[in-house]
Amino acid sequence: MTKNLIKGKTGPWEIVIGLEVHAQISSKSKLFSGSATEGDGGANSRVNFFDAGMPGMLPVVNSYCIDQAVRMGFGIHGKINKVSVFDRKNYFYPDLPSGYQISQFFYPIVTQGYINIDDETGPKRIGVTRIHMEQDAGKSQHDLDPSRTCIDLNRSGIALMEIVTEPDIRSVAQAVAVAKKIHTLAQYLDVCDGNMERGNFRIDANISLHRPDTAFGTRVEIKNLNSFRFMQAALNYEIDLHLETLESGGKISQETRLFDAAKGKTFTMRDKEDACDYRYFPDPDLNPVVLTEERIERLRQSLPELPDAKKERYKTDLGLSDYDATFLAEDRALGAFYEEALAYPDFPDKKAAPKLVAHWMMGDMAALMNKGDRASDALSLAPRTLAQLVHFIQDGTISGKIAKTVFEKLWEDPALSVVDIVKNMRLQQISDETELRTAIVKMLAEQQHNVAEYRNGKTSLFGFFVGQTMKIFQGKANPAKVNEILHQELDS
Amino acid sequence: MERDEWRKLSLLEAKRLLDSGQVGALELTNACIEAMEASRNLNIFITETPENARLQAQESEKKLKNKEGGVLEGIPLAIKDLYCTKNVRTTAGSKILENFVPPYESTVTQNLLDAGAVFLGKTNLDEFAMGSANITSFFGPVISPIRSTQNPEKSLVPGGSSGGSVAAVAAHIAFAATASDTGGSIRQPASFTGLVGIKPTYGLCSRYGMVAFASSLDQAGPVAKTVRDAALMLSVMASYDEKDSTSLKGNRPDYLKNLNPSAKKLRIGLPKECFENLSDELKVVLESSCQTLRDLGAEFVDISLSMLKYSLPCYYIIAPAEASSNLARYDGVRYGFRAENVGNIADLYAETRRLGFGKEVRRRIFIGTYVLSQGSYEAYYVMAQKVRSKIRQEFEETFQRVDVILTPTATCGAFGVEEGPKMSAVDMYLNDIFTVSANMVGIPGISIPAGTTQDGRPLGIQFLGARFSEQTLFNVSAAFEDATRLKN
Repeated sequence: MTKNLIKGKTGPWEIVIGLEVHAQISSKSKLFSGSATEGDGGANSRVNFFDAGMPGMLPVVNSYCIDQAVRMGFGIHGKINKVSVFDRKNYFYPDLPSGYQISQFFYPIVTQGYINIDDETGPKRIGVTRIHMEQDAGKSQHDLDPSRTCIDLNRSGIALMEIVTEPDIRSVAQAVAVAKKIHTLAQYLDVCDGNMERGNFRIDANISLHRPDTAFGTRVEIKNLNSFRFMQAALNYEIDLHLETLESGGKISQETRLFDAAKGKTFTMRDKEDACDYRYFPDPDLNPVVLTEERIERLRQSLPELPDAKKERYKTDLGLSDYDATFLAEDRALGAFYEEALAYPDFPDKKAAPKLVAHWMMGDMAALMNKGDRASDALSLAPRTLAQLVHFIQDGTISGKIAKTVFEKLWEDPALSVVDIVKNMRLQQISDETELRTAIVKMLAEQQHNVAEYRNGKTSLFGFFVGQTMKIFQGKANPAKVNEILHQELDS
Repeated sequence: MERDEWRKLSLLEAKRLLDSGQVGALELTNACIEAMEASRNLNIFITETPENARLQAQESEKKLKNKEGGVLEGIPLAIKDLYCTKNVRTTAGSKILENFVPPYESTVTQNLLDAGAVFLGKTNLDEFAMGSANITSFFGPVISPIRSTQNPEKSLVPGGSSGGSVAAVAAHIAFAATASDTGGSIRQPASFTGLVGIKPTYGLCSRYGMVAFASSLDQAGPVAKTVRDAALMLSVMASYDEKDSTSLKGNRPDYLKNLNPSAKKLRIGLPKECFENLSDELKVVLESSCQTLRDLGAEFVDISLSMLKYSLPCYYIIAPAEASSNLARYDGVRYGFRAENVGNIADLYAETRRLGFGKEVRRRIFIGTYVLSQGSYEAYYVMAQKVRSKIRQEFEETFQRVDVILTPTATCGAFGVEEGPKMSAVDMYLNDIFTVSANMVGIPGISIPAGTTQDGRPLGIQFLGARFSEQTLFNVSAAFEDATRLKN
């Protein structure tokens, strides 16, 4: 196995990273109450008596959230536990109304999974220890009033999923790949909207450094990373800090840190001394979650094709390269767009279509998406439109070069059709033999000197004649036909 | 019949008078309100709701006139102040909820309201139902309406934690009352005041809207003057409730309609552990009770419950553990009492809870926090749960051989209000020795009056049955009650 080591002044070090991802479960209502998860009624508008921790109020589990966690469990190839248990995590905080958070500590719903990633050393499998469900807390706002803290309980009780990996990650690049893969899977399975700006998908990273072939070092946890970029920056910063400390003979203290994105630095949130004793115990208000074989099977059947399987299919059945297959398979919306375009029934060359459509999506379309900062699931361009464009390229109606112009027009105004643009802009390729030959003969007659040189052996002039022809037809002449006619006229 | 005699009737007798129109619901309620106001020296009610009661009674009168009355139409009841009642203050006997007015109704009280019951008010209780003498309430102790014949000046405790509820029924203020039982809080006070009290199978009554003490042990139940009254009350109180995940699915039987007062061929287990070291007074009562049951055709089986001695210690690990977590919500942030002039949030918590909770509640929070903390959890909480399942197993095996188990309800009769605070916490906890097992195992237990001490303080006996054996318990209890009535 290739070791992902980093060089220090005093020798090599190995990085060990494990992630804990908190993903908000997509669901209309909260984990244990009927309150809505979305709405615009303002602060404390989506709070019922249970969410506010009123006396005598009891939790009733939202079985849809359980289904969602099971689906994610399949996504990470995990073991779905037929019996799991909700526990109480006890601590005091003003936005934690009951004085405890309901979570799954001892018996989580999913265990023993894994995900596949690729990095520069090749494919790698990262273990996923567990997925458990828990409630979110409310929000304390300290800046609304000069002397008081305001509390909004709209978030209180919303279902979260915590996905915990094994400490199998050996580089920052791998860590980012793992986080992205979990993000992709969650969105793929519709279990989380993946919105990181709103905090619906946030990452805690545990990191330590040690000498190769020795025991793991003391770890530090960086909490609440809400972008992949911040995560990368935080981990790199932390690695430098560890290196500096360890190489100068210092010791790492086990603590929890936060990342200041503005300064690009991590800082201490709380150290080990402040660590809470959460006094976990099974919540006596809730029965264990028991999943029947039928329910598990029904959920398994409801799964969409997962990225890994899709990627394999694109490679094997459609002949895409690993890179292309990964690009299209890992984004659910792009994959769907791709397959819808391929469903177009009238490709003149059906066999060549998958590669050609992929080529357009990965090239021009990806470039325009990047430029316009357009999300893959918010494309206005219809897959059928791209398919038509490919159709016209395949049957020679337009050239590849012209197609680029057409594509840009389509991107700007999705209401247009390929046919309209080609017609209106007179972009149609000219393949009519008589029309082409008449023009070529006339052009060659005007270029007698060059024709003579060509015939004397200066064959490099051929390109010049092609250019002259294209000039006449404003680039719309069918290049293959032009070549053919030119050869006939010059070489005969 | 004199107006003041009405309220001394049983619930079923009063129901007959109301249904036949011989007594008006408002008149009856007014008689009860007068009695409630005349008994304020006993400190039975934390909140009296006479205006609400009169409005409900007027409503009942209309329904009774139109023959549209529910099964409890116009019957005045008292409600333990642990049940949340919509727009009526609910304190749980604690300063921390002194001014708490819930915007919702508990399922059990809603069931009673739907059946036409009239609520006189909210009865006093040990703070958060933690106690066995009703002396830990922030609102002061309840004084039992029962007196010793030898020392009638002495104030006796009504038992706890449902002290106010039993006192209200024993003083003939209410025809029955709701109570709750976490370790014996229905049965021991029923025994102390000569009433019938049943703690049903765990999950039979909804816990929704009941202020939680220990979630896996808490159960609602009635206290009443007769077995039949209790059977009717429980039939109304019990229901499957989707708002309580631990509520048991299925319909609840009508225990009164199905009542078959009989002990014939009933196999009654006598656990030897419960008959050791009893007072002579209690022995006499138990012996005569057994004779009555034998005369009714019951068969006795000597049994041993070897795990029984572990019930109380395990109970005092599990109940405080759950309580320490259930009571964390009383933090002064959203509702209830909040300490003033504090520096930061940690002080707000500490001061609110130091001043808002009484000593017994704080003691149990400390115990519960300790047994759940890292390093103690396995040795205490996990071990107690393991033992609990062993106890459950032993009971299940025993119920293969016997139909019911007979024990005393409590070790003694009611003691003096002044004696309570002098008892050590452990001595006080020993009050629950015969009752806690039913909560630990989740089975029903009923306490019925069986006799008195020499100075006339009531003593009860307890029947325990397998899960869902409420009907059997009512049947044997009714047979016993009928037989003892004939004897007297």
